Amino acid sequence: MALDQLDVVEARDLERRYGEGSTAVDALRGVSLDVPSGQLVAVMGPSGSGKSTLMHTLAGLDKPTSGTVTIAGTEITGLDDGKLTLLRRKHIGFVFQFFNLLPMLTAEENVLLPLTIAGERPDRAWLDELLAKTGLSQRRHHRPSELSGGEQQRVAISRALVTRPTILFADEPTGNLDSKTGGEILELMRDSVESYGQTIVMVTHEARAAAIADRILFLADGLIVKELTEASAADVLEVMNNLQA
Amino acid sequence: MTRVALRGMLGRKMRVVLTAIAVVIGVAMVSGTYILTDTIKSAFATVFTQAYKNADAVITGKNAIGTNNNGQSSGTPSLPASLLAGVQRLPGVAQAGGGIADSAQLVGHDGKVISRGGAPGLAFSYTPANQRFNPLSLASGSWPTAPGEVAIDAATASKNGFRAGQEIGVLARGAVQRFRIAGTVKFAGVSSLGGATMAVFSLPTAQQLFHKQGELDSIDLAARPGTTPQQLVSEIRPLLPADAQVRTGQGQAAQATRDTSGFLSTFQSFLLAFGGIALFVGSFVIANTLSITIAQRTRELATLRTLGASQRQVLASVMIEALVIGLLASVTGLFVGLGLAKGLNALLISFGIDLPQTSTVFATRTIIISLVVGVVVTLLAAIRPAIRSTRVPPIAAVREGAVLPPSRFARFGLYAALVTIAVAVALLLVGLLVSSLSSTQRLLAIGIGAAVLFIGVAMLAPKLVPALVRVLGWPATKLGGGAGTLARGNATRNPARTASTASALMIGLALVTFVGVLAAGLRSRFEGSVNQLFVANYAVTATNNFSPISVASANALHGVPGVEAISGVRAGDGRAFGSRITVTAVDPNVGKVIRVKWTAGGPQTAAQLGTNGAFVSDKYAQAQRLHPGSPLAVETPSGATLPLILKGIYKPPTGGSPFGDVTISTSRFDSAYQNPENLYTFVTVRGGVNRANTHTLNAALSGFPNAKLQTKSQFKHNQLQGLTLLLNLLYVLLSLSIVVSLFGIVNTLVLTVFERTRELGMLRAVGMTRRQVRRMIRHESVITALLGAALGIPLGVALALMVGVALNYPAFTIPWGTLVVFVIAAIVAGLVAAIFPARRAGRLNVLEALQYE
Repeated sequence: MALDQLDVVEARDLERRYGEGSTAVDALRGVSLDVPSGQLVAVMGPSGSGKSTLMHTLAGLDKPTSGTVTIAGTEITGLDDGKLTLLRRKHIGFVFQFFNLLPMLTAEENVLLPLTIAGERPDRAWLDELLAKTGLSQRRHHRPSELSGGEQQRVAISRALVTRPTILFADEPTGNLDSKTGGEILELMRDSVESYGQTIVMVTHEARAAAIADRILFLADGLIVKELTEASAADVLEVMNNLQA
Repeated sequence: MTRVALRGMLGRKMRVVLTAIAVVIGVAMVSGTYILTDTIKSAFATVFTQAYKNADAVITGKNAIGTNNNGQSSGTPSLPASLLAGVQRLPGVAQAGGGIADSAQLVGHDGKVISRGGAPGLAFSYTPANQRFNPLSLASGSWPTAPGEVAIDAATASKNGFRAGQEIGVLARGAVQRFRIAGTVKFAGVSSLGGATMAVFSLPTAQQLFHKQGELDSIDLAARPGTTPQQLVSEIRPLLPADAQVRTGQGQAAQATRDTSGFLSTFQSFLLAFGGIALFVGSFVIANTLSITIAQRTRELATLRTLGASQRQVLASVMIEALVIGLLASVTGLFVGLGLAKGLNALLISFGIDLPQTSTVFATRTIIISLVVGVVVTLLAAIRPAIRSTRVPPIAAVREGAVLPPSRFARFGLYAALVTIAVAVALLLVGLLVSSLSSTQRLLAIGIGAAVLFIGVAMLAPKLVPALVRVLGWPATKLGGGAGTLARGNATRNPARTASTASALMIGLALVTFVGVLAAGLRSRFEGSVNQLFVANYAVTATNNFSPISVASANALHGVPGVEAISGVRAGDGRAFGSRITVTAVDPNVGKVIRVKWTAGGPQTAAQLGTNGAFVSDKYAQAQRLHPGSPLAVETPSGATLPLILKGIYKPPTGGSPFGDVTISTSRFDSAYQNPENLYTFVTVRGGVNRANTHTLNAALSGFPNAKLQTKSQFKHNQLQGLTLLLNLLYVLLSLSIVVSLFGIVNTLVLTVFERTRELGMLRAVGMTRRQVRRMIRHESVITALLGAALGIPLGVALALMVGVALNYPAFTIPWGTLVVFVIAAIVAGLVAAIFPARRAGRLNVLEALQYE
């Protein structure tokens, strides 16, 4: 088995319960999954299905009530905050729905932020390549307030890729964009998988977004209820309609 | 709408509390000052009422000069003892008793004078027959009746380990004398006489001790039934010599209370000024905090507007919030003031100001003023943020990331700031330079000018923030790595907010710098003057450096082997050309110990003063148009007038004169003043300053524990001790306003952390550790504090320079070391202010923070 076939994320029997007693809600009720390197996995499901909880738990932002998560060979469920932070620094990239850029930094400074925080020297060639790929070369010295929504999200994607993370988590990356711009962002994410072998787990409720994935997981009531590989948007919509019915 | 405002506040309890603290400190200072000064006033009033409670009338000597600002009178003439027999024969007099009231210091077991903070050593006489007039009661032992006996106050006895039967040293006119303690006494009605000590002797002993044989200082009288105190006074008046006066007992108590109230009200204004400064700084903090909260509540306010709230209602809701904060803070401050009054008193005692105390006085006036001041300051500070809140458009309710529209006047900001600064400078110049105004008016102009200047600089500050922060944040980027770099960026994100937060600190730092620079100037000028004047080997002063001491201490040095010259400088009150002056007197050989520049006459002038000669400073001569040969008349406290001829004019160095307004010969002084005392005694010795000479002179002074032998450099240091103490007192009092501004930084940071919750979540998600988050907040805090220092310290230097120029202050000295300490203090302040906000930021749950709206 080649190295790139290694599972970079392994989850076993994840359960997540919020609250206690009669008001307790089970967001995850036993989810297991493996994400091999270089795969783009989309997680879909109606609201309340547990898809966000699953992503947060996989990324180590939330702790499961039971079960384990392993990232790049390290079991993260038992790690303290400090170790978890360092693991995030090294292995995880994030793309958020609301971009979350720092307003006082330029596009380039925002992209370099994870390296700034880690106190690492940026790889200029890699930065230039990233900015060229995301079409930001001419906009690198602009501040977020001077950028369009699509440009801001491209800055966010570059920021997530700049550390060459083992895995990138994207939370509704097109949720705050119009459909044309959203399409461009999806293309960019797909491209990063093709060009750099980037592993991505993306939570979305858009069928069109899910269609770029290698593998689509459907969640309902805290369980994986269906899995598709390389499906079209139409296939995805059909499954979703069945789930909601 | 009121309910919405109040509910909103309940949801933001912590912010309300943090905002309120900014006012609490100022109000506490105001109420604490009133409580303390009222308590002291009441103690004095009690002392005087008790002292005269059974006297229907009191005869005392009349001080022709009156009391000075400190309520002290020296040189009040005594009464002839024969007067007692005269008044006793009057038909309206039931009983009359004469007594002595003077000052004497007690000597502790360690051989040193028992003295705290320049408080007086009171001395009284005791006559068994006059018990009804005696305000003292016996605490232990018995009253002093025999020649070698004394009674001392119980507090001094217990504090210094004395009890009845032991011996104690007493310093009166001459060298220390030993007395047997017959008993201890208490003054009725007061818990503490401050630092004052009391010594009571039998009447004949007191008369002998104070060189008042055949004299009395006061006669207390009781009227026969049917004679009113007023009638008694009228009956007595014809019998009195010119230098005596009679008052009713109540009148005497009231007069004595009035004599101290001048000093106390100056003292009160002094302390209130610091309360005012703290409130002023507090108003900056409140304005800033409310601005931030309103900016953060933009969407909430807009939603209220979409639901039909008018601009007026939005304005009202903010003002109601301010009113509640103001009330809460004022009430809290009022009671914190109770504790602060005790703290202030402890502080003053530690700085050598120990005043009498009685049970705490909590006057209605204190309550009203504290509440009104606290509420009004809060409301005033809220006006601007409240007006801005009305500019939130309803559409902001539905917009992502809606921000408060800029103020209508924002684009005139730079001009407004410059105009404000210009107005401030004009006011300052008026206060400093227009000598035709009264000193109250000038002080007012300077005070308002300084306040307006602070406001103007605060208005200008947002324009300076980006450039200043780039420089001041440089160390943060080097020390704090990525966190430091982000901190510097954060500090410039909202320049107005950073500027406003730093401005509050700026005020406190500007004031301490101002005080520090002026003091440094005074110090170097004074040292320069002493270097120029002091040509003696040694000086002798009181152990507290400023009280005049018995001439006998100087006389004790006569005949000491090796002594070449002993020259004393006497000092006393007088009146010339209609105003109160200080009269000094010098020995003929003063030229051997003090070198002054003469513009008329010369070093021989002092030797040629004789009985009617005098010399004055060039300024006094100019002011009174005096020339050599001019006649001048000086009135002494006993009412005598000395006809004098001007024989010389000298030019004192800029750092202070060793002499008073008018200087005469010691021989003339000693015949005109009842109890001559030396302010300084200078000594030259063969061989100059050396260990053997120091030892010999100290041995000669062993009978005078209140005298201190010192060399020139010790003299400089000792004479500056008062200034050092005052400076330290000012620093402590000003640090209160720095504490207020510290809360301003805490406030801003807490609100900023709250505002940037989601961003902090993102930073944590992309790999920022908790420690880095805390570091980032800390650096932002330190940058803000450094900004306060960068604005405040130069401003303080500039203010000191202005005042210095106005006062013709040649030795303008910048105390670099002190300024560096202030910068370090600002950094520490920043670190302290960041503790709580940084901890909160570090504790944020990443997931919750990311989902935060």
